[in-house]
Amino acid sequence: MSTSAVLAILGMGVATYLTRLSGFYLLRGFNVSGPMKAALDALPPAVLMAVIAPVILTTGWAESIAAAITAVAAFFRLPLTVTIIIGIVSVVLLRMVLTA
Amino acid sequence: MNPARRDFLTGLSQVAPVVVAYIPIGLLWGTLAAAKGLSALEALMMSVIVFAGSAQFVAVDMWQDPVPVLLLTFTALIINVRHVLMSASLSRHVEAIPRAWHPLVAYFLVDESWALAERRVLETPLTLAYYLGITVPLAATWWISTGVGAMLGRALGDPSALGLDFAFSAMFIAILMGFWKGPSTAGVLAASGAVAAGTHLAFDGPWYIVAGGLAGAVYAFVTWRREEAA
Repeated sequence: MSTSAVLAILGMGVATYLTRLSGFYLLRGFNVSGPMKAALDALPPAVLMAVIAPVILTTGWAESIAAAITAVAAFFRLPLTVTIIIGIVSVVLLRMVLTA
Repeated sequence: MNPARRDFLTGLSQVAPVVVAYIPIGLLWGTLAAAKGLSALEALMMSVIVFAGSAQFVAVDMWQDPVPVLLLTFTALIINVRHVLMSASLSRHVEAIPRAWHPLVAYFLVDESWALAERRVLETPLTLAYYLGITVPLAATWWISTGVGAMLGRALGDPSALGLDFAFSAMFIAILMGFWKGPSTAGVLAASGAVAAGTHLAFDGPWYIVAGGLAGAVYAFVTWRREEAA
């Protein structure tokens, strides 16, 4: 095992862990209310939307349509596993149809 | 059944489909790492110490001899900046978890565990048992599948052929629907989605997640007063 490989792994590990830990201290001592609370409450859906935006908006029709089907399945409160399977089956079928 | 055991099992059942989707991705990463010259031990070390899928894929892509230590470190930092937003958000919901465990909660914070934990908070306080129920299987699956992939050392095929690349998007969509609170949510999602997609098209790299997340939060901040009056 090379020293530089170990150093790179440790460096990446420390950098990654700092991003995951820092949030726990950012808001400490702040009394979060009003518009700031609204902004923080909006973070989970906003970040989730940002994570999936390239796949569902800029990849292709198969992914966009499969995303809409998945959202409908989730809207009807199907179990998470079922919703994911519906999404996967949709995207596979749509990719076959749309690239054929 | 005692509450901790019940929470742990609930976490296990909710994370199960994600665990299944981790396996081919982990195997794929392991084979790519081996092809770039990482030993199985180095690959396993990276999965345990870094434990970050997208950063690890980029790192293997950039891997060369001599290993660019500082560049890889900085790249991991950039790719994972989104975790600052995620951990800041989750830190508001960890009152039921003893503070001594928070460093471990942070270690296990990946996109998938964060999304499930935030979804859980909408219904019931987040307990350590539930969090471990979702994160321990995820981490163990990642370590084992990447290690096995590196030992096999040859490509096993493209996960996108089976649609498994879409499993994570499908899970995030499903979880996202749980945050729907009416028209105000639509505005947050529109702001986030538009800014993230635009950023993704305009800039290389993972900036789109932070940009979209902040855009949604800013929208909520700016529109707060009007909603209060309505």
